[in-house]
Amino acid sequence: MAQVTLRNLVKDYDQTPAVRGIDLDIADKEFVVLVGPSGCGKTTTLRMIAGLEDITGGEILIGGDVVNDVPPKDRDIAMVFQNYALYPHMTVHENMSFGLRLKKLPKDEIRRRVAAVAGILGIGELLDRKPKQLSGGQRQRVAMGRAIVRNPKVFLFDEPLSNLDAKLRVHMRTEIKKVHQKVRTTTVYVTHDQVEAMTLADRVVVMNAGRIEQAGAPNDLYHSPATLFVAGFIGSPAMNITGCALEETAGALRVRLDGQVSFPVPAERTARYRAYAGQRGLLFGLRPEHLTEMRPHSVANQCPVEVTPEVTEPMGMETLVFFSVNGTEMCARTNPAANTQPGVRTQLLADLNHMHLIDEASGRVL
Amino acid sequence: MANGVVQAAGLSVPRRRRSGRRLARHKSTIAFLMALPLIALIAALVIYPALYSLHLATLNKSMERFVGLGNFAFLFKRELFWMVIKQTVIFALSAVIFKALIGFVVAHFVHNIPAKGQRKWRGMLLVPWVIPPAMSTLAWFWLFDPSYSAFNWVLTRVGLDAVPWLGEPLWARFSVILVNVWYGAPFFLIMYLAALKSVPEQLYEAAAIDGANWWQKIWYITLPMMRNIIAITVLFSLIVTFANFDIVRILTNGGPIDQTHVFATWAFQLGIEGGDLPLGACVSLFMFPILGVAAYFILRDINRRGTEA
Repeated sequence: MAQVTLRNLVKDYDQTPAVRGIDLDIADKEFVVLVGPSGCGKTTTLRMIAGLEDITGGEILIGGDVVNDVPPKDRDIAMVFQNYALYPHMTVHENMSFGLRLKKLPKDEIRRRVAAVAGILGIGELLDRKPKQLSGGQRQRVAMGRAIVRNPKVFLFDEPLSNLDAKLRVHMRTEIKKVHQKVRTTTVYVTHDQVEAMTLADRVVVMNAGRIEQAGAPNDLYHSPATLFVAGFIGSPAMNITGCALEETAGALRVRLDGQVSFPVPAERTARYRAYAGQRGLLFGLRPEHLTEMRPHSVANQCPVEVTPEVTEPMGMETLVFFSVNGTEMCARTNPAANTQPGVRTQLLADLNHMHLIDEASGRVL
Repeated sequence: MANGVVQAAGLSVPRRRRSGRRLARHKSTIAFLMALPLIALIAALVIYPALYSLHLATLNKSMERFVGLGNFAFLFKRELFWMVIKQTVIFALSAVIFKALIGFVVAHFVHNIPAKGQRKWRGMLLVPWVIPPAMSTLAWFWLFDPSYSAFNWVLTRVGLDAVPWLGEPLWARFSVILVNVWYGAPFFLIMYLAALKSVPEQLYEAAAIDGANWWQKIWYITLPMMRNIIAITVLFSLIVTFANFDIVRILTNGGPIDQTHVFATWAFQLGIEGGDLPLGACVSLFMFPILGVAAYFILRDINRRGTEA
């Protein structure tokens, strides 16, 4: 059993707050990803769990025990570093077995465990090599192997894929997921890449400016962001967000983006939004995939909008269409067959079942 | 037209190559000419004296007659020669070991001082190394003075006996080594400090997580990562210490009763002061094979590690 619990965790560097009070419960065997822009405190949080940084305030519990003052070596954790931190003077086998040798395990057992983990990671033939002789992906595997072989209570990953090229990153992402499915261990994973976060996590924790913005399953975060920051951060291309006004006429609500563009609010949301009618500082959010080319059988609450595309980006399976509304650049994902051309006025379909209304001042999604 | 392009290209390639080869020849000639003054300087100041001392060592005292290996045979029969070898080895080995140890320990302390104050400490600790050794050794000479020195004054004040620092063979050897360590340790300090800074912090963090205590971190991470630097500094210092002249010359001049002579001071005494240049040259030549063997073993290890990586 190895839950990890953070209680009002605080970290200041010389009066500068890096982490401003984090509460998080990580269940046994859960894969949690901390994601956020650089400087949001995610790596600091991970290093505090590892014991590499002192805690300014709050508590960290691993497996139910407070470990605030326990040194890293006694926390029974394993960490994979951004630049792998393999010992350059040791072979792969020595690197992986270092922790076990320090624990003075019998040689036979060490050899057996290293061989088993090397098998899982497919690095069996590399055991006699030095890190210098390995490719980036192989080093990454060795770094993971060094963590797995110790069979710790918790795995900590600090942006482990950011040094790999794009193709290898996608591949290793899948590998990490496979490994976690085989070796079910509580995992805390830090990344600034929201795609990595979405694909790997059982639960994504979005951090910003030293606080948790929202924690939840990847799809929940994507479809029901709690804050403006999460709405803008999760998803690529990012959610279209622009200022709007909420107008009430004869019991029905309309969001008005500018003089020309306005949409009726779906009837089932009227009750929820009515209180905000006429309020200033509202934002309208709609993901690019909910702005598409015109389709013959439109569903309820889908309504056409006429725009002049400024740029189109063919991606193969879809074409991204960029246009301006109310001075904000918006993006739509259209079927390449629609053949949208820049500068040619065209009709797109907005699916308002997926719209978001955000209060700009508080950053809350309404 | 396409043909013409191909033809032109086909013509121009070998032409460029030919002129390139001429240029390379030209370049190396220029490079040689530019390096010539330095080569001449090295030849005049290193190669010529080395060959000349080989020649000198085969002459008799008045430098008129060729005696072959006669000087060497003479030296081998003298007890003092063997004593000087023993003393030089003791002097060089113990001084280098202590310099390396002290340099290593102090480098760790300085490394752990926050960056702000570190420059100050680094500068202060380097002072012994930048003072001309002849001057600083004179200062030590006064400190070691048997009747009026600071050391003995302190010792007698706390109720201990005065120590004949330079008057008794054992103490004299100790003093000479002490001054050499004082003078040479900062060199190790600065080299080790640079090496320590080049060890990535994350390796220590990884080791801490793997369960290493501070001693295990030094043993399994720091030392292996610094091995090459340690080997090179030790070799370099061994050469310099082996050939030390100024400290021994000023502090004891080989005394008492020749018990602190090292190769350089004894060669100086025999050759310059004693007027037997061939014998002096002969003594100084002995440093070469001994250091050669040490260099071979130390550098072999570095090469092996260099190629395996």
